[in-house]
Amino acid sequence: MTTMATAPAPGFESPGVEDFQLPPIFGPVTKPVLELVLAAIIVVVLFRLAVRKPQLVPGKMQFMGESFHGIVRNSIAKDMIGKAFLGYVPFLTALFAFILVNNLFGIIPFIQFPTFAHPGVPYALALVVWVVYTWVGIRHHGLGGYIRISTWPPDVPWWVRIILTPIEFLSNIILRPVTLSLRLFGNMFAGHLLLLLFILGGEYMLFTADSILLKILSPFAFLMGIVFTFFEAFIQVVQAYIFVMLTASYIGTVLADDH
Amino acid sequence: MNIVGNLNTLGYGLSAIGPGIGVGIVFAAFINGVARQPEARGQLQGIAFIGFALSEALAILGLVLAFALSA
Repeated sequence: MTTMATAPAPGFESPGVEDFQLPPIFGPVTKPVLELVLAAIIVVVLFRLAVRKPQLVPGKMQFMGESFHGIVRNSIAKDMIGKAFLGYVPFLTALFAFILVNNLFGIIPFIQFPTFAHPGVPYALALVVWVVYTWVGIRHHGLGGYIRISTWPPDVPWWVRIILTPIEFLSNIILRPVTLSLRLFGNMFAGHLLLLLFILGGEYMLFTADSILLKILSPFAFLMGIVFTFFEAFIQVVQAYIFVMLTASYIGTVLADDH
Repeated sequence: MNIVGNLNTLGYGLSAIGPGIGVGIVFAAFINGVARQPEARGQLQGIAFIGFALSEALAILGLVLAFALSA
């Protein structure tokens, strides 16, 4: 060992924000852009295949498509939106499928970058959601009515309103899309960073470090990397579910009538 | 002794305590509710995940700020 290691090994450089700044592949196109296009194609093709030959007794593809649609319709839209939920199910289903595919890119071999770990992407998605629920609210209540139900909760004394109305305005109209996108971004970012840390740490222990003890212990780092990959799969599904769930609940609150 | 690193990581660790407790309370209440009334599971699940998402948002904001403010 002493003959090999003439200079001491460099210290471990932990992964950070700079690992998420991927170089452009061609022109301004980077990996997340390609992944977004790929995800859109996958979602469209899978749903097209599912409804190609609709039958009374569904085949495999049709069964999968219908179960997916059924989950969104029964456990998300119906509970969260209320009576007029049926018109929003297609939007929510498409959103769920798109986010799910994009998130799962984070653990699919050779792609291995969750699109939403790049902060610009969830902001755009949350903007779409914001436009949708604002439009739904304005269409249902009119502009004044929409602002009233967002900022003017009934049966509140006037001196509470002085504080409450600005808070309600801020949280319902401005902060909702921000937290919606930051939640998705933060989870994907943190999860990808965690996997990077375990895999790069294991690689450093195995190949770069001087100590023989670290080389022996390096399989444990890779093992933890694998364990956390499964954990990430769970988190990615849950985050896609929560994004759609919150979207449905926002639509539900702007549709709600005063009692 | 010389410790190198960013104090933001400590700050993030501190800021994760509150949401951690919050998420624990949310799911404890969910489990309690399902144990008392198993047929209400479907309704409670949605509420539980919204509560989880709202309390977790604080931890995520802390994580993002820990990176954003690391000048």
